Amino acid sequence: MALLEIENLSVEFPTQGGIMRAVDGVSLKLEEGEVLGVVGESGSGKSVTMLALMGLVPFPGRVRADKLSFNGRDLLTISDRERRKLTGKDVAMIFQEPTTSLNPCFTIGFQLTETLRLHEGMDRRAARRRAIELLDQVGIPSAESRLSAFPHQLSGGMNQRVMIAMAIACNPKLLIADEPTTALDVTIQAQILDLLINLQKERNMALVMITHDMGVIAETAKRIMVMYAGQIMEERAAEDLFASPQHPYTSALLAALPENSKGSRLSTIPGVVPGLYDRPKGCLFSPRCAYATEHSRSVRPELRPWAGGQIRCHYPLGDSSRTARINADHPLDAEAAS
Amino acid sequence: MLRFILTRVSLIIPTFIGITLLAFFLIRLVPGDPIETMAGERGIDAARHEQLRKEFGFDKPIFVQYGVYISRVLQGDLGKSLVTQAPVWSEFKALFPATMELAICAILFALVLGLPAGMIAAIRRNSIFDHGVMGISLAGYSMPIFWWGLILILVFSVQLDLTPVSGRIDVLYYIEPVTGFLLIDSLLSGEEGAFASAVEHLILPTIVLGTVPLAVIARMTRSAMLEVLGEDYIRTAKAKGLSRYRIIVLHALRNALIPVVTVIGLQVGVLFTGAILTETIFSWPGVGKWLIDAIFRRDYPVLQGGALLLGIVVMSVNLLVDLAYGLINPRIRHNR
Repeated sequence: MALLEIENLSVEFPTQGGIMRAVDGVSLKLEEGEVLGVVGESGSGKSVTMLALMGLVPFPGRVRADKLSFNGRDLLTISDRERRKLTGKDVAMIFQEPTTSLNPCFTIGFQLTETLRLHEGMDRRAARRRAIELLDQVGIPSAESRLSAFPHQLSGGMNQRVMIAMAIACNPKLLIADEPTTALDVTIQAQILDLLINLQKERNMALVMITHDMGVIAETAKRIMVMYAGQIMEERAAEDLFASPQHPYTSALLAALPENSKGSRLSTIPGVVPGLYDRPKGCLFSPRCAYATEHSRSVRPELRPWAGGQIRCHYPLGDSSRTARINADHPLDAEAAS
Repeated sequence: MLRFILTRVSLIIPTFIGITLLAFFLIRLVPGDPIETMAGERGIDAARHEQLRKEFGFDKPIFVQYGVYISRVLQGDLGKSLVTQAPVWSEFKALFPATMELAICAILFALVLGLPAGMIAAIRRNSIFDHGVMGISLAGYSMPIFWWGLILILVFSVQLDLTPVSGRIDVLYYIEPVTGFLLIDSLLSGEEGAFASAVEHLILPTIVLGTVPLAVIARMTRSAMLEVLGEDYIRTAKAKGLSRYRIIVLHALRNALIPVVTVIGLQVGVLFTGAILTETIFSWPGVGKWLIDAIFRRDYPVLQGGALLLGIVVMSVNLLVDLAYGLINPRIRHNR
């Protein structure tokens, strides 16, 4: 049994202009101790998917799914009280902005021991001892004296370490890291990533790493899920995905990395992620796709098994009959495909 | 910390000069002088009038009068009331506890109702409760104090006969002032019914004086709470699996209180202004009513001294509030 099973998850936000679908039919399985990378542009629904799993989708968002189970528990029917026993204990999350994610009015020690006392039922002294251990483990020097520090007295990197210590305090089975390094300096980024990977290995916990940085994901994840406009576009083993991307979107993302740039200009993907009003009828990526045809503009591709993973594309790049099919569907775009 | 306090205290000096200037010159702009007012309708002959003006020093140029006044104040002499001949300081000392008692009750009333109302309105945003609280508080904020006081007296005292119309306590009781706070003194006196009577007399003035701060606190708490509830650290608190109650009352309220405390500090000045009107309506024997009477009697020393002393009280309370602000906001505490 998989640790986490999500089937056909959607998150919708009613707005004045209609219903905004932030997550659209996401299905996902995660085994114990597995590391999954989730990539995509801003607004692709990466974070909202994970917030839905945590039960943290902000009002007035609506979460719907055919299945949402964690560790054998059905999260769709579970009571709030039961769910609170899971969140923060078996599944924990760290966020993008460490400094604003910690409460400015309480000491590090208070915020850290709060979790321990709630979920582990520790008394003040035991929780304090454990908090010092945890701060030590996440590499905070002179841990004991830091307990009485306030978040504004620590740097961003230190605060993120505190967030990580809080998240792993109760030995979670799953840790979700939502762009944990985006707000940090480059040198600190590497340290935090190393810390996360080491903790993941030591504890054999599952780790979901959300990022829009392909470089970050390459170093950490075994499996990668590429999201676009709330949908999964491609989901495959990390090595395969980097060696031979199958979705034109993945391929374009990789081409946009500075290290992959040819010549003096960075490659970019023209256009922007579709919003509420310009959501295409067919493939969501079709307005920006170099290979789009009449067929892909009018018929939305289903998520289907492909090359050891899943893909949502009519014309995967590794498909040998691809050029012929593009020609057949829309002869005018044939030049682009060849 | 010491430096912070010293900076704040040094700011009191210009404020002090400002208050004396305003109080001194404004009352002299009002037509009529104390001697005419004391003489009343019978009038006074010009020679005697001139003689008295000389006695009180009103014949000197006004800037000389101001200089004399300031030098006396700096020596700690606020002068004597022209009417009662009692020193201004001793009159203030006797009357101030009544004002203080009323003000404390009013601010407590405002806090006890305003904080929960604002919190619930924020949590149940856009609900009927929210709209109700915001509507009522807008009405409360806009309510002229004298009108509101008279309406309450008319309904609760006259029509329903539930509360007394005026005063601090029933005339049946004589309470020896120990603290000056009747609620405490009446309990200390051990006289049966005295405490209940003091409470009854406090209800309406407290409501009248507390209405504006209540409205301000409720609105401020609501908006501060709404802002805080959208912060990242509230999401973190939820991600930790904390209960809704703990998130709101501990994590959110602690942060939301920071702007609310500032507003409460600013309300102290408003409170004393309001006390002048409220005390007049309810014949509450405090400094507010004392100052109003001094205006009508052109009792210059009382007015000048009273304004100055009240000013000092307001500034001290604001200083205390600023110190309290540092206590609840660690970012201020450590950045000095």
